[in-house]
Amino acid sequence: MTNFFNYDTSEKYDEYFQSNGEVRDYAKDLVSNIASLSKKDLSEKQKAAELAFFNMGITFTVNGEGSGVERIFPFDMLPRIIANDEWQMMQKGLKQRIHALNLFIDDIYSDQKILKDKVIPREIVEGGASFIKQCVGLLPPKRIWAHVTGTDLVRAADGELYVLEDNLRCPSGVSYVLENRLVMKRIFPKLFETMAISHVDDYPSKLFETLAWTSKIEDPTIVVLTPGVYNSAYFEHSFLAQQMGVPLVEGRDLIVEDDFVYMKTVHGLEKVDVIYRRIDDLFLDPLVFRADSMLGVPGLMKAYVKGNVSLANAPGTGVADDKVIYKFVPEMIKYYLGEESILSNVPTYLCCDERDRNYVLNNLENLVVKAANEAGGYGMLMGPSSTKTQRKEFAELIKANPRNYLAQPVLSLSRVPTIINNQIEGRHVDLRPYILYGEEIYIVPGGLTRVALKKGSLVVNSSQGGGSKDTWVRAV
Amino acid sequence: MLSRVAENIFWMQKYRERAENMARLIDVSFNLNIEIPNGQHQWLPLLQVFGAQESFSKYYKVIDMNSVLHFLTFDTRNPISIFSCLSMSRENARSVREIITSDMWHELNILYIFLQQSNSKIDNHHAFYTRIKRQCQLFTGISDTTLSHGLAWHFGRVGYLLERADMTSRLLDIKYFTLLPSPDFIGSPFDNIQWNALLNSMSALEMYRQKWHFIKPANVVEFLVLDKEFPRSIFSCIVRAKESLLAIMNITRNANANKPFEIITAIIEKLDGMNGESIVNYGLHEFLDELQKEFIAVNDGISEVYFSFKELVTQA
Repeated sequence: MTNFFNYDTSEKYDEYFQSNGEVRDYAKDLVSNIASLSKKDLSEKQKAAELAFFNMGITFTVNGEGSGVERIFPFDMLPRIIANDEWQMMQKGLKQRIHALNLFIDDIYSDQKILKDKVIPREIVEGGASFIKQCVGLLPPKRIWAHVTGTDLVRAADGELYVLEDNLRCPSGVSYVLENRLVMKRIFPKLFETMAISHVDDYPSKLFETLAWTSKIEDPTIVVLTPGVYNSAYFEHSFLAQQMGVPLVEGRDLIVEDDFVYMKTVHGLEKVDVIYRRIDDLFLDPLVFRADSMLGVPGLMKAYVKGNVSLANAPGTGVADDKVIYKFVPEMIKYYLGEESILSNVPTYLCCDERDRNYVLNNLENLVVKAANEAGGYGMLMGPSSTKTQRKEFAELIKANPRNYLAQPVLSLSRVPTIINNQIEGRHVDLRPYILYGEEIYIVPGGLTRVALKKGSLVVNSSQGGGSKDTWVRAV
Repeated sequence: MLSRVAENIFWMQKYRERAENMARLIDVSFNLNIEIPNGQHQWLPLLQVFGAQESFSKYYKVIDMNSVLHFLTFDTRNPISIFSCLSMSRENARSVREIITSDMWHELNILYIFLQQSNSKIDNHHAFYTRIKRQCQLFTGISDTTLSHGLAWHFGRVGYLLERADMTSRLLDIKYFTLLPSPDFIGSPFDNIQWNALLNSMSALEMYRQKWHFIKPANVVEFLVLDKEFPRSIFSCIVRAKESLLAIMNITRNANANKPFEIITAIIEKLDGMNGESIVNYGLHEFLDELQKEFIAVNDGISEVYFSFKELVTQA
């Protein structure tokens, strides 16, 4: 156990160890293997992993630094490990959740029963920036809206799993799940041989099936639509296109004629049937949404409305991604499915509610404040580590636009052993499983484990000093 | 295939080829210069041949080995430095990663990282430039053996063959600039060293000797311009580029595609009627200058027909 000699298991929840220092059952073979490695092996393996990522050019682009600087997504080779029975529960909970969320979006843009029955206040839904009135009355093919979802889960100090966010717009990170696994298989071939770890490489073909299923055409032409090479998730867009063997297109590669979408090829125009779009709703079509968008395709929405092209995710899906709407997901599950929510929500205070708002304003230093429609760790106040000026600034923001803000207690995320300067130390993690909703719901086993590499930090976003780990779901 | 993708692949290979040839040229000039007595070092022709002396003098005061090597190898202000070319090649590759094979991407990326991490320092010149050359060749080899020989491969092939033909013409032209100061050099032992070096820079010396056995300027010109078998001769580059253009025409059935094809056919017909002596008599520099303009016309034709979409007309 030399490698874990000084490892502190006393406080917080650790994914490898119980609080008394004993190894959790499902992690025993992993821990004994890592413990048996020499210091030299450990650092050489970690270095080999980092070099592999570097040479493969698996990078993300940092916004706001000139024309986009490429960075390597930091990787830690000690995997997060999940027991099979817990994964079964998570999977069930996630399926239930995405099922209800999809019914909610469908309802909001058609009959609005849930608003009429006053389960969710109408002004909260229709007053949000994520509600797109142009989508009312639009029914996507086969009435599936959120084809690709990444739901963020965290484990709090009590050991319970909570859903932190439902990412239903363009969740990214799944490419890292696949590439992390590729690298890990090279570093720990023996462990994969002996430990029975669920494999993840079905994702691209499942994604392809999901996308193809949205089309009424037998053998549809599918493309991935990217904002371009300077987008922070560009690597992923090109990776997924490559893995599915479909063209990666930019807005300027597409053209709409007679309400059909075509791509400009060296052969001439070629019809496109399904677009896996990785650009946000408001940039899709300058004729309908933001007129200044250079990323989208003029006329795309009309082609979509006429049923001549499928879009995944469907425009309008963002309404369920709103962090204020999040609070009502347990109610949705009850309303649409008549079930109790399997996965818990984090208690959430909505600033548009006067009582909640007063509580938030009086307790800013103990809460996490989030903007309803921001992602990537932006537009966020971490109360306990904030300065007085920051809190003042957020108090003003909240008062100016209460609908756009919510607050949650600071959760202490669970930890996973992580290699820091050749030593193993605990670092906080979250988990983003990826869910595909087509003919059936498919969840890639595990998902992306993001880790906050700074000591004590709870922010796992890649833009804020986070890294990633492989996630091992025990197959038995 | 998307027009943009075809263009990216074309340029990916064109820039990669340019980087490789720059490395060849610098390596040879370096070897040549260490053999000549101090004070007569010839670094200026290396700049002249790319029309780069003006931009060089914007940033450097003296034309000496270190500044010229740095300018042509690392300087990002110089669009034809090896690092600039490889950055452009990689940037183009990065936007078509889903089309090219992972093996291709890795090779190019590793080469780019090597240059980036060398921090503008070269320990062993020969080893450094040889590595660049080798990895570029490796890239082409991997592309030949892992990428399907369809549109992507053909567009890349046209790109690097046109570039190679153009670079061969420029390398040959360097003789013009080198000799310009003193015509007395012709036929001197120093002149021979230079012709040898020139052939060497294109890995052509051994193949030349098998054919001609000794150095004679008109024969060198004939070999590098017109030889039907040597893979870096202008003629054989252009003939193979034409093959790929034809393949692209057949696959795309693009009715407008005749233009670049006609220009390239005309170049081949012209070269077919010449020999080394007739080129020298015509004036080597003038001949090469015209040829370079014709290459540009082929490039423009391809770009107009395949890359700028408005020109496209599909045959039924």
